[in-house]
Amino acid sequence: MKQVIVGMSTCGLSAGSQKTYDRLAELLAANPGAFELKSSGCIGMCYREPLVEVRENGSRVIYGAVTPELADAIISEHIKGGRALEEHVALRICEGAEIAGAEAPAQRGQVRIVLRNCGLIDPESIEEYEAAGGYRALRKALFEMTPDGIVKEIKDSGLRGRGGAGFPTGLKWSFAASQPAGVKYVVCNADEGDPGAFMDRSVLEGDPHSVIEGMIVCGRAIGASFGYIYCRAEYPMAIKRLTIALDAAREKGYLGTNILGSGFDFDVKIKQGAGAFVCGEETALFQSIEGKRGMPRIRPPFPAEKGLWAKPTNNNNVETYANVPWILVNGAAAYAKYGTEKSRGTKVFALAGKVRNGGLAEVPMGIPIDDLVFKIGGGIKEDRAFKAVQMGGPSGGCIPASLGTTSVDFESIPATGAIMGSGGMVVMDDQTCMVEMARFFLDFTQNESCGKCTFCRIGTLRMLEILTRITQGEGRPEDVPNLLELGAQIKESSLCGLGQTAPNPVLTTIRYFADEYEAHIRDKRCPAGSCLALVDFIIDPEKCTGCTVCAKHCPVNAISGERKKVHVIDTSICAKCGKCITSCAFGAIYKK
Amino acid sequence: MTASRNEDFNYRLWRYDGAPGELIPLLQSAQDHFGYIPRRAISYISEVTGVPESEVYGVITFYSQFRLQPMGKYVIKACDGTACHVQNSRTIIDTLEDELGVEVNGTTGDGLFTLQTVACLGCCSLAPVLMINDDTHGKLTPQSVRKLVREYRRREESARREDASCARA
Repeated sequence: MKQVIVGMSTCGLSAGSQKTYDRLAELLAANPGAFELKSSGCIGMCYREPLVEVRENGSRVIYGAVTPELADAIISEHIKGGRALEEHVALRICEGAEIAGAEAPAQRGQVRIVLRNCGLIDPESIEEYEAAGGYRALRKALFEMTPDGIVKEIKDSGLRGRGGAGFPTGLKWSFAASQPAGVKYVVCNADEGDPGAFMDRSVLEGDPHSVIEGMIVCGRAIGASFGYIYCRAEYPMAIKRLTIALDAAREKGYLGTNILGSGFDFDVKIKQGAGAFVCGEETALFQSIEGKRGMPRIRPPFPAEKGLWAKPTNNNNVETYANVPWILVNGAAAYAKYGTEKSRGTKVFALAGKVRNGGLAEVPMGIPIDDLVFKIGGGIKEDRAFKAVQMGGPSGGCIPASLGTTSVDFESIPATGAIMGSGGMVVMDDQTCMVEMARFFLDFTQNESCGKCTFCRIGTLRMLEILTRITQGEGRPEDVPNLLELGAQIKESSLCGLGQTAPNPVLTTIRYFADEYEAHIRDKRCPAGSCLALVDFIIDPEKCTGCTVCAKHCPVNAISGERKKVHVIDTSICAKCGKCITSCAFGAIYKK
Repeated sequence: MTASRNEDFNYRLWRYDGAPGELIPLLQSAQDHFGYIPRRAISYISEVTGVPESEVYGVITFYSQFRLQPMGKYVIKACDGTACHVQNSRTIIDTLEDELGVEVNGTTGDGLFTLQTVACLGCCSLAPVLMINDDTHGKLTPQSVRKLVREYRRREESARREDASCARA
């Protein structure tokens, strides 16, 4: 029977997939037995949600932007009539054939290891995960491999931590494994806090068992019998699906005491974060699980020796654990085949910002930035100019378009001054002001600094004050040297990753976009036309209907004009508050 | 506060088995229940866990999720993450402030809306986005966001009118 599968992750739901699903359920009720209705996680094409797939005998036709009306047409034409609605097909995947459809170019070049099941299986069904080869790695780890053998396999695969720092995973596991037997913990960092990153959310929502299986394997390797998943409270759907997955795994005997009769015990508990970016730092994360303020502490002792509750602990992020079952089943060599010499395997990226195809992409390490932005991302929205890409969130940096040939791996990206980070990639066009971007990130880190280290607590505030001044047209010639000096000091004198990387967005924008700083400070001009204080507000006479709403909203009476006639802003009075833009129902006011 | 709700709250606390590290889940449960963390919940949690009130307070103020004031019926979380920021989320937030007549972190006089900003909701491909309670709305414009708020208001008003007519009947 034909299966109709609706993508029901957060991205799908916010694009309206619930309405589409409800309509399909009605149609199924009206035509009992005509098809089987199911749901799945995110396949990565967030920009074409809601996605609906028609699957039959290994052939998959995926429709994009499916409204309830289009759902009607799919059922009457494709399900009943057997004719696919070609103009709405986003992707067509047939066994033994090249992928086709409008989105095929963006899919070529992707390799799905972490996302192997995302969008393919129902994340709330353990049977579907098993049918896709799930929990085979666990059996192998329990019955065919020694703990040392598992660690060696992970070492040989070349897998490095996907949370950002890129520490070799096998090596990390060997540290915890070598601690004397006793209480040890496996922790999964699912506190994906980088604004602009949503890889882990999609994995947790689309394939929660892969993460759980990776954690059990890790427990077996290091001799731990308990694990925690620390997940942000902002991801309610991920928490719900993880809870369902944990219950199902317990019922099937993959979790609990004497797993599958092997004598090995392991269980996992979910801890919800409470909203603190610094808790992505592992020692702060442990504090938070222990119920305290999430403040980092000095290392050493390292977590492998003294981590959670002062016991040996192994902490990896969601994507790292999701790689583990695949490596055990397919072998280290198969994994190491992908990527570069020092950065093996694949990496999931979250493309967002001014890029056309916003969504997830999993690619072999070493792909050039340009390929991600143009081949997979489909280029810049409205065909504007590609200016820069921001990698690594607030700890990362802005890489200019001129360095677009840079290979994405753990060696090349840090050489630009940015960091790999967890995989968030925010694309910027010529309308994005880089000084304002730097100010935005500093505002974030300044807010999220836990306050323990003076340089991070006060230094970031001073940097923020300077940047705010510059964007308001009150920059001084000494500002840039001061920012550079403060940045260097904060990096030197902070305890944890947050402070050590907080100045990165400022330092990279000064390095690559010095001319924009210059324009703001010397010429009192914002080349991107973004900083309110440095632009003029203008009413487009073509769009203005003379409704007078903007004039009523203007607090300084800078807008004049008669009813039903084009209005004008007196730029000499205008206080540039932006009230007119937000009040105009016709989008007639723009900045220049 | 009705007696039954209070009992339920005590019940959740009563289930506290003395496991270490339960402070944050207890606070989350209190906030789920009351919509914020009232003073007496702090005293109560301190008493059952043995964690001093000052420390409980320290934990509450450290995490952005916890509130010490009651919130509106609808909590609007306007995203100002990187992806939303480059798609002009600031204009969306300005529009919300104007439409609601409150600033960020404020609650409207009728107790209907609380406006907050958040760093990222993880639906970056739909930027700019916001959440109203658990519902996500994406690809916003100043016009659509005003429409959205007005829709919620209208729904509330008609519900109120229905209640009133039911009461009369």
